[in-house]
Amino acid sequence: MATRTLLSDIALKRPRTRAVYFAVLAATTLAVAAVFLYPLYWMATAGLKTPAEFAAQSVTVLPHDPSASAYGDAWNHMRIPHFFLNTVYYAFGGWLVQLGVDVCAAYALSKLRPVLGKAIFAGMLATLMLPVAALLVPAYLTVTDLPVLHLNLLNSPWGLWLPAAANGFNIYVLKRFFDNIPHEILEAAAVDGASRLKTLTRIVLPLSRPVLAVISIFSIIGMWKDFLWPMLVMQDPDKQTLSVALQRLSASSQVPPTEMIAGMTIAALPMIVIFVIFQRHILGGLSAGAVKG
Amino acid sequence: MAYAFLSAGLVCFGLFSWYPLVRSITLSLQQDNLVTDPQWVGLDNYRTLFDDPLLGIAIRNTLEFTGLALVFGYAIPIAMAILLNELRHFNTFFRLAVYLPVMLPPIVSAMLWQFFYDPGQGLFNTLLHGAHLPTSQWVQSPRTAMLSLVLVSTWANMGGSTLMYLAALQSVPPELYESSEMDGASLWRRIWHITLPQLRFIMLVMLLLQITATMQVFIEPFQLTGFTNPDTITVMTLIYRYAFAVNQDFGLAAALSVLLFVVLSAFAALYLRITREQTV
Repeated sequence: MATRTLLSDIALKRPRTRAVYFAVLAATTLAVAAVFLYPLYWMATAGLKTPAEFAAQSVTVLPHDPSASAYGDAWNHMRIPHFFLNTVYYAFGGWLVQLGVDVCAAYALSKLRPVLGKAIFAGMLATLMLPVAALLVPAYLTVTDLPVLHLNLLNSPWGLWLPAAANGFNIYVLKRFFDNIPHEILEAAAVDGASRLKTLTRIVLPLSRPVLAVISIFSIIGMWKDFLWPMLVMQDPDKQTLSVALQRLSASSQVPPTEMIAGMTIAALPMIVIFVIFQRHILGGLSAGAVKG
Repeated sequence: MAYAFLSAGLVCFGLFSWYPLVRSITLSLQQDNLVTDPQWVGLDNYRTLFDDPLLGIAIRNTLEFTGLALVFGYAIPIAMAILLNELRHFNTFFRLAVYLPVMLPPIVSAMLWQFFYDPGQGLFNTLLHGAHLPTSQWVQSPRTAMLSLVLVSTWANMGGSTLMYLAALQSVPPELYESSEMDGASLWRRIWHITLPQLRFIMLVMLLLQITATMQVFIEPFQLTGFTNPDTITVMTLIYRYAFAVNQDFGLAAALSVLLFVVLSAFAALYLRITREQTV
């Protein structure tokens, strides 16, 4: 144990303390499993039950007669593949747009030092403090009729992607990382005749892999989890995300519960897979996220 | 040259953050239903807003949600982090399990708990019934509805704050614990006099962040109780109702947004002051 905590390792060697420690450990393990894991297990297995077994609502550990038919029905009746692909498309598109826009902006603010750069950076950071709620209605109206251009972005993925790129957290994290890349490296590249863009793609980006990984993961998770904004912007039922479509179908209550829960499991699964694969990045990135509102 | 790289960012922030901020104020002074041209109406929207009996209810409900969320959502992660920090086994398991619900799409969490809360055959009443305890109407009773929403929200969100407290606990200087142990201080006294004071800064930051977040609560009431039910209508669901669901009155919705913004700005200013003092 590297860090010392409330209880010292020596105190833990005393038999009575040890007994209490293991009792607390067992109780905590059970409680954490029951509170945080069981609901997810319930969700995943409810879709394996028959509607009759589901309706009986006994607290079962294993479904009596597991069958994947609810998953199959959800997949076909609710057009899950369609909404799933929509969400994948919006999430990856949003990721690319966020990365493109925010990396360029942070690079300019960090290394090219434009006039007014400080004020612009402060303005971007200030958006972290803006409550989403306060901007919802005017941002919606902006999307329906962009100023100057008079474009309507309703039902267009750009209505999700462009607002997502206005992400003060990304700018902050990227700029702070770029600030630590020594100027000499970039100047050497400039002497060799590399353009600003080439310096960015050949030198800055390869050095920034860790921070790009964290930002990529969080942007994809954010796009996948988002609900209210996609619900407002993607009004055409054909273009909805999986979350929004599930909510719409559950409100119409034509779908049997086992199918609905199977659909919810499918919507949650990509996030859980990402979590399992990138747990280190995600849990580590949280400390950077401590500054975020 | 720098502005070539900055341009896309400026457009995005300008169109979707800076301009809407100004627009929310002008919009609140206009009559706008997206059909006819907007008209300047002065403070009419604010008058209509303050005359609406739903406003008082929504504010009271939002404060109740924020208050209950402080009792549960604020204290539990601190206690949880202190406990987990003492455990020498299964550290990765605990961290992963506590954070797992944060990964779920929030609407999935809300829908999942809707099944649990079902008064007839939901998981919770089945469990309570099996243990011969009184069952509850959960979200369907005005007395327990708000608390039920807070429980969903706490379950879905506490992983993030728990892990941040855990990270902060790692930097508590070990000498403090060693000297207090030599003084014979009991476990509770050590928590009270060393651990909690050492967490003071992050506790304050999380307090402000949580208040700001819970005052904007939307998905839980939207999915579990709807935006028509006066027992649980919140400021955010009322904004949604004004603009998108019932009234189609964007000016009125903007007026309420401005009101919420002013209140939340006070917390944001406080947050900035505190974090700045700490880093300088």
